[in-house]
Amino acid sequence: MSTTKYSEEHEWVEVDGNTGTVGISNYAQDQLGDIVFIELPEAGATVEKGAEVAVVESVKAASEIYSPVSGDIVEANAALNETPELVNSDAEGGGWLYKITLADAGELDGLMDADGYAEFVEGLG
Amino acid sequence: MSRQSMNSQGRQTRPNEATASESGISETYTGHRGLDKEEALIFELGRAGQCGVDLPALDNTDSRLDGLMRDDIGLPGLSEPEVVRHYVRLSRNNYAIDSGIYPLGSCTMKHNPRLNEKLARLPGFGDIHPMQPTATVQGGIELIDRLAHWLKTITGMPSVAMSPAAGAHGELCGLMAIRAKLTADGDARSRVLVPESAHGTNPATASMCGYKIDSIPANERGRVDLAALKEKLAPDVAAVMLTNPNTCGLFEDEVMEVAEAIHSVGGYFYCDGANLNAVMGRVRVGDLGVDAMHINLHKTFSTPHGGGGPGAGPVVLSEALAAHAPVPWIVHTGQGFDLHETATGDAAGSIGRLKSFHGQMGMFVRALAYMMSHGADGLQQVSEDAVLSANYVLASLKDVMSPSFEGYCMHEALFDEEFLKDSGVTTLDFAKAMIDEGFHPMTIYFPLVVHGAMLIEPTESESKASLDEFIDTMRDLAASASAGDVERFTDAPKLAPRKRLDETRAARSPVLRWRPDAETAEAAE
Amino acid sequence: MRYLPLGDVDRNDMLGRIGADSVDDLFEVIPPSARLEGLLDLPLAQGEIEVERALGKLSAKNRAAGDGPFFVGAGAYRHHVPASVDHLIQRSEFLTAYTPYQPEISQGTLQVLFEFQTQVALITGMDVANASMYDGATACAEAVMMAARVTRRKKIVMSGNLHPHYRDTVLTTAQFIDLEMSSVEPLPEVDETMACVVVQNPDVFGRVRDLTPLAEACHSAGALMIVVVTEVVSLGAIKSPGAMGADIVVVEGQGIGNGLNYGGPYLGLFAAREKYVRQMPGRLCGETVDGDGRRGYVLTLSAREQHIRREKATSNICTNAGLCSLAFSIHLSLLGEDGFKRLALLNHQMAVKLSNALIAVPGVEEETETFFNEFTVRLPRPAAEVVDELLEHDVLGGVPLSRLFPERDDIENHLLVTATETNTMDDVTAFAKALREVLS
Repeated sequence: MSTTKYSEEHEWVEVDGNTGTVGISNYAQDQLGDIVFIELPEAGATVEKGAEVAVVESVKAASEIYSPVSGDIVEANAALNETPELVNSDAEGGGWLYKITLADAGELDGLMDADGYAEFVEGLG
Repeated sequence: MSRQSMNSQGRQTRPNEATASESGISETYTGHRGLDKEEALIFELGRAGQCGVDLPALDNTDSRLDGLMRDDIGLPGLSEPEVVRHYVRLSRNNYAIDSGIYPLGSCTMKHNPRLNEKLARLPGFGDIHPMQPTATVQGGIELIDRLAHWLKTITGMPSVAMSPAAGAHGELCGLMAIRAKLTADGDARSRVLVPESAHGTNPATASMCGYKIDSIPANERGRVDLAALKEKLAPDVAAVMLTNPNTCGLFEDEVMEVAEAIHSVGGYFYCDGANLNAVMGRVRVGDLGVDAMHINLHKTFSTPHGGGGPGAGPVVLSEALAAHAPVPWIVHTGQGFDLHETATGDAAGSIGRLKSFHGQMGMFVRALAYMMSHGADGLQQVSEDAVLSANYVLASLKDVMSPSFEGYCMHEALFDEEFLKDSGVTTLDFAKAMIDEGFHPMTIYFPLVVHGAMLIEPTESESKASLDEFIDTMRDLAASASAGDVERFTDAPKLAPRKRLDETRAARSPVLRWRPDAETAEAAE
Repeated sequence: MRYLPLGDVDRNDMLGRIGADSVDDLFEVIPPSARLEGLLDLPLAQGEIEVERALGKLSAKNRAAGDGPFFVGAGAYRHHVPASVDHLIQRSEFLTAYTPYQPEISQGTLQVLFEFQTQVALITGMDVANASMYDGATACAEAVMMAARVTRRKKIVMSGNLHPHYRDTVLTTAQFIDLEMSSVEPLPEVDETMACVVVQNPDVFGRVRDLTPLAEACHSAGALMIVVVTEVVSLGAIKSPGAMGADIVVVEGQGIGNGLNYGGPYLGLFAAREKYVRQMPGRLCGETVDGDGRRGYVLTLSAREQHIRREKATSNICTNAGLCSLAFSIHLSLLGEDGFKRLALLNHQMAVKLSNALIAVPGVEEETETFFNEFTVRLPRPAAEVVDELLEHDVLGGVPLSRLFPERDDIENHLLVTATETNTMDDVTAFAKALREVLS
């Protein structure tokens, strides 16, 4: 089965085989407020873990998304072009940002699981 | 994403859903409410064939346009009375400094004297062309030169670049001069240090100059952390950009140490002069080690804000940077004045030209009239009254609101949302409730170094009665918030020409112009 | 002092509440070595009479355009501004309002901006326009940087017929960004290394042409065509840049609603295709609804701007041209479709008459075939001297091109002359007569 991992930068990656689906956490969308636009990467682009891969814009803020894993972008979520509010309503499901072929599955070890992330968020206060 | 970039400072961008309605129900037949009129768009009012200007008839002179004629434009036609009425009605939907206190921190909303307007409109200033022979505009160039003298004297700096059109433009000018100087000395460097509390234009400008930005945190006293700054200093730092007094309204008391530190690694000190209103006659930035500073004529020197512009941002420069000032330069000839318009000869080191022509002359006339009206004694009094008024507001509110820092402030007082904790009222809500009380809110959510910032700058233009009314109202609002009267805030504003607007909708589905076939917002969805 | 409401009694009361002995306590924080003693070395306060007298003297030393025959253009144009415009912009609520950050109490400014943006889009023939920039030249620099962002290419080619102030502003503003910029005439073939081509129409010499073929060439190569217009009134007579295929249009809007003012404040208009809107610099005003469902306006797409995006902003711009855009909007509302077009043609007709009169003077050769209200003539000797001699006849007879292009030696004898609706046939006759005398 697939497992979802979380980064300290509030991104999640759900892995299925060698493909990861990446998005921002529900906590993150709540912090951002109404999301109005997302700048997504292009299919075929190669990203390094920690590099800026997307920008999520709300009315009053613009947040860079740093890829939690390295790899090649397979697909960006086209639905977000018309309906950016999907990231608000379903951040950890239909509001996914992009799919990526993992260059190094070992990178997942550095990420938190769902419980670990929940604890992390609580600690932020 | 970083937590800071989420900028999660509780800002609702849609009307409160509990009280919003789509009905647009009006209390009156017309939709007008007494003297407050609803006004349609000029495109909805106009019609074909009408015109508000009488122009001479065309004759049958041959065309030299080679058939490249204009297609239809789609502009509405209206008579003069209709146009006048349209804009008069629109004007009534605006708050203005002429109508009440405008306590926007960092903006210096002071009185805009009408003498300045009168003098700017003298034909000898308003009706002269920048490309006339300079012999025919000697009085104009002399005015710019005289203003330059006042700016240099107030700041204690030897040189000033007059052409930048606004503060941000001046920042660009100053940083470019620094980079040009470093390049001329063989080492452009790569980084600029900018406090976390800086205005957004600072890092944006540094980026335009090809520099990477390194942020310096504030210390618990609200000033830039000198130790942190020194840690980041290295021979690859081109400059430090500081605002003084800073965006928290505090004088950077270690400013001379900052200057020494940046100079010791061969870098330069850029000062954002937005808050100059606090220190005129009390200190000169030239004596603090500053190498370049822009001055917002539309802040400190009263040129009107006009709904967002125009501004003017001349930049005072140290001896080292003067050679890199943008053209044109004013030169004193034996017989008078001339303009050196290209980056050649004496101006070969100039960074070049930053805009067309010579600078914001209309704002120069206004600013000089303001300065001459105040004089050395008046300008010092301006700063003293500005600082006195801000401290009066601070002292009068500190027991019911939460000042972010201890001690006296300069010309603006910074509070944060701490006093609203557990009240159910945010900084945004508090600001909107001020509108119902007849006040324009203070600056909110800036600077970013505190949560829910409220930055209050009364300026020297407020009478004590005006300050007292403001203070009393703020005390009443604070008391209301503590008492749990949440609706006074979350439903606000109730009495303004519009209630809270749906900014989310405006950003998700941008409608940036009228179109002939567009449905009106009321009819949509 | 008339602008300062606080009296000494007030100040003492305020100090009392603050708990300070004197205002000096509030300035203790200034490093002692830097504290000033005594007043700055500047004159003391003056009343209105004295200030008026002093500045009036300076004003009287200048030869105003309206004082005699005047034919100067080259990027700033003298047009008649109806009396209502200046009256309306001086209403307190327009003149002394701030940027509309609290939209509920700024609907006046915001609705004006929405109307302004629409007017700019209409006259340029484009999809969307911003709420103004400092002037045409800085708008041009912003357009170039935007083209680089949009295409992700580094090569910028500017036409050599672009106003040198615009060329220089682009070169200066973008000098530290990684771009390859050049100014060339004739233009090279557009290729896929180019982000954009920047052309001016009418160009700095006054020439008007159809840019459609160039637009096609740009688009085939994936480059943007940026069109610069320095005389906004020309848009009332000439096919729009949008209709010719422009991707970004920048205009000096000074000619509508705003006087000459010795070069500033002016008004940068900036318009582009819809698909590029999120890369546009400057403020944008958008339509929305309020909590009662009523139509209203707000600044929007702010995430592009410096106060949010900081070092990644599309531009560092904060202030716009505010009151100048209001003046523009009011003037254009008064003109309307018919008035704007007629104004443009009046300009053109006056320029044609001027051209006919000048080339009838022996020694004067016409250099511009197709023009709007500005054209170049060639004189038998350096134009700069001729312009100075024309002054003795009280004629401000155009701009010597050597002033704009000091580095060129092939246009020393070329003179750029401009006519607008503010010129009369008497002016034209006076100019031709003076020129004849000066050249004989």
